[in-house]
Amino acid sequence: MVPKTIKRVTTNLKRNSFLFEQLVNRDFQQRYKRTALGMAWSVLSPLMNLAVMMLVFSRLFGRNVDHFVIYLFSGNIVMAYYKESTKNGMQSLMNNSAIISKINVPKYLFLLSRNVSALINFGLTIIIYFLFCITDGITFTPAMLMLWYPIFWFVVMNIGIGMVLSALYVFFRDIQYLYDIFLTLLTYLSAIFYTIDKFPEQMQRFFLLNPVYVNIKYWRLVVIDGIIPSVPYHLLVAFYALLFLGLGAFFYKKYNHRFVYYF
Amino acid sequence: MSVIECNDVSIRYITGDFKSIGLKEYVVRKLTRNFHVQEFWADRHVTFSVERGDMLGIIGSNGAGKSTLLKAVTGIMIPTDGTIKTHGKIAALLELASGFDAQMTVRENTYLRGAMLGYTKQFLDERYDEIIAFAELEEFQDYMFKQLSSGMKSRLAFSVACLVDPDILILDEVLSVGDGAFRKKSGDKMMEILSGGTTGVLVSHSIGQVRELCNKILWLDHGNQIAFSDNVQLYCDAYEEFLSTKKLPQSESDVYKLAEDFSKRSERARAERQRKEAKRLEKVLEKGTSESAVLAAIKILQKSRPEALAPEYNGGGTGTA
Repeated sequence: MVPKTIKRVTTNLKRNSFLFEQLVNRDFQQRYKRTALGMAWSVLSPLMNLAVMMLVFSRLFGRNVDHFVIYLFSGNIVMAYYKESTKNGMQSLMNNSAIISKINVPKYLFLLSRNVSALINFGLTIIIYFLFCITDGITFTPAMLMLWYPIFWFVVMNIGIGMVLSALYVFFRDIQYLYDIFLTLLTYLSAIFYTIDKFPEQMQRFFLLNPVYVNIKYWRLVVIDGIIPSVPYHLLVAFYALLFLGLGAFFYKKYNHRFVYYF
Repeated sequence: MSVIECNDVSIRYITGDFKSIGLKEYVVRKLTRNFHVQEFWADRHVTFSVERGDMLGIIGSNGAGKSTLLKAVTGIMIPTDGTIKTHGKIAALLELASGFDAQMTVRENTYLRGAMLGYTKQFLDERYDEIIAFAELEEFQDYMFKQLSSGMKSRLAFSVACLVDPDILILDEVLSVGDGAFRKKSGDKMMEILSGGTTGVLVSHSIGQVRELCNKILWLDHGNQIAFSDNVQLYCDAYEEFLSTKKLPQSESDVYKLAEDFSKRSERARAERQRKEAKRLEKVLEKGTSESAVLAAIKILQKSRPEALAPEYNGGGTGTA
């Protein structure tokens, strides 16, 4: 069943590639229209965010950490991408309800196009990230080439979470407020600006329950320490992604024809 | 083989469930044991089939379930009961002007909408100028969509959707778009598409349109199927009579009776109109100066006794006295 679904999705994507391109184009435009700086915000906002965090946290937590800027920045860009992708994904069905209830198009296209524009943004911030790595004197090792792995699975996971959220959002509009609160909690639990080695061993393990933290840690290990994580760690990254993607696919499959009644 | 085959289709909406009443109401009603989910059948046991080249007109007053049925035909909704089979590519024009992006330009919206209707980029590149020309929006191509008037918006929507050759074309109240001139143009365009072997489904409140365009008719009322027939004129007559008397036909003979009543009534109405016009002209005749009096007299004669007039006065309207 799963290979069949994948095949159907890819043929659908191929057939609708032009629509998909148009949707990505629209999402990109919607985001930057009417802003004076336009696309520059993709780069500026993570930088400003980083500056603020540096100002607040470098004295507090930064003294015992090597390359604290990069440590902070790794967490920051991964978290920012996660937030953007899932929050936009959540709205993707609702915002396009006028279209979905008039024209028969595969509904996940709207979600995927949102994810693509978030991903492009993420790509831009990664470039800035590496510029910072150079100025901060990070040694570039072959291990960094493994970064495709967490990025790939993170994209998959965000799509899955976006699917779950967008489906829930149709039936249960309150989710947007709950999710905002959840995101705040998640930000504090993802060890973005602090290190977890002060916690006892058992507590540290709990952090592995947080997929965003798992991803951030991968980045830091590869970039700052030049270490490629263990095989089980790789499996954990993939497991989270597939879990949420499966969940999302299940929701979409189950409610595909029910969404229309609730717009 | 039927192009659209609709077999005993029923579609149900549910209202008053947890989601639509909110948490507080839900808890209160649960506690007072007053919680009921209400069912609402938008369509019940609708059965029809349409062959290639047919034009089906769906009539019925507001809330009859017409639009819901069309959504089921296009595959946006799936019927709660029954089956719908369609063969071929469907282009559906349902409530056209919605679903555009207000912040994007006319050009971008044209491409976006075209993409949603399943056109390829190459096709759109070729036909873009034609689409804009048909919508008469040449000067507005780079305007933002929200800056257009509502008539222009619908014109664009219609034009994008029409420059295709779908196998099935579904029109929900879209031929009443734009001003008179555009309405005529869009009607002609529809006829052109339909004459090419496309199967059409038309929902319209304009009975004239249905009479003119359709060769099959489906009459819905509050979700129930009153009739499905290819005797379009008969059922249009009956429907118009129903609109003024609000009496639903119970059987085939009722339909004939309604249609007959209608033709009688329209005959009476026509006679009444003629009488009024004659009276008006007579008044002019009595009061008027000689020249206008003669003109009025000729008019009356033209209307009621054309044979009494010399041929040069016939059909000339005002004539020269």
